[in-house]
Amino acid sequence: MSFEAFGSLREPVRRAVYEHVAASPQPVSRNAVVEALGIGRTLAAFHLDKLVDSGLLETAYAPRAGGPGAGRPAKLYRRSAAEYTLALPPRDYRLLADVLSAAVQQAGAEPAAYAAAREQGERLAGGEVVERLTALGYEPAEDTDGTVRLRNCPFHAMAQAYPPLVCGLNLALLEGLVGDGGHVARLDPGPTGCCVTIACKNNIH
Amino acid sequence: MTGYHLAQLNLARLRAPLESPELADFVALLPEINELAERSPGYIWRLQDESGDATALRPFEADVIVNLTVWESVESLHGFTYRSGHLEPMRRRRDWFAPFGGPHQVLWWIPAGTIPTVAEAGDRLALLARRGSSPEAFTFREPHPAPDPAVAAPAGA
Repeated sequence: MSFEAFGSLREPVRRAVYEHVAASPQPVSRNAVVEALGIGRTLAAFHLDKLVDSGLLETAYAPRAGGPGAGRPAKLYRRSAAEYTLALPPRDYRLLADVLSAAVQQAGAEPAAYAAAREQGERLAGGEVVERLTALGYEPAEDTDGTVRLRNCPFHAMAQAYPPLVCGLNLALLEGLVGDGGHVARLDPGPTGCCVTIACKNNIH
Repeated sequence: MTGYHLAQLNLARLRAPLESPELADFVALLPEINELAERSPGYIWRLQDESGDATALRPFEADVIVNLTVWESVESLHGFTYRSGHLEPMRRRRDWFAPFGGPHQVLWWIPAGTIPTVAEAGDRLALLARRGSSPEAFTFREPHPAPDPAVAAPAGA
């Protein structure tokens, strides 16, 4: 499955279609892809279907405004929640993370884990904060009030398995990353996405 | 609806007495967190005495406090536990509580409209410790769906 998923992205237009859909916080329509990339409708449909077949995108249906007779609900596309990893030679860092997390939890060593994460965050710092967050895979997006929300949790599966440890660790990592400059990291979980938000110091009331 | 609600018990072993400086932040957060629970979607009931919380109750060990609650579903409890202001005290729990050494939380289904007793809750936790996750006593990591109301419940369940 993973080989197919990655192989499916080899073709440049397909890759562009995938990245456009993946970058959108809301599901997108075929027409939106056509307009954004300047490609034909048939070609867009072809690539979207291939991406759905390979498991990288999934379909969603938007309710049509108006009652019965308003027409078919709009077919939309969004990034699939499935995770794909390919490691050559074979590597299994997830298994290692599971074991280490269980050990930390059992020993009550969360404070040590947070301290290590903060140090690591400091090592990862440097340059503009939003650029660093993007490079680390958090998919930052600035809200209307200047708060940076993080659409993607890079530790998602681990956060599902060990929420307090992994979210605490993530907060410490981001605290180290943003440092004492103009930003503050804090826990503010929403229904989806990363549980940490980054606020601008001047905007905090 | 399924005709069942989700009961939850979790235990925490205090690192120091509740009145000590080490526990001050936890005690200060309690009213806010209890209030947050009560207005969270899916919240139904929580064990409390006249003081407004359950921290004075020590039905198991002298240094172990209990939290016994009822929610509409696993999803609503999960949402409150990990996707609300409750996440922050969860993150800090090691400041206040020692690791439990064994399962400290159990979930199980009760008929809607009933309230679990502490004794039953203790039995469910013991069942979880003995057998691992099962339909009668499970965890967030290995949840089990509510029983099918169309199927008659076995006697004594």
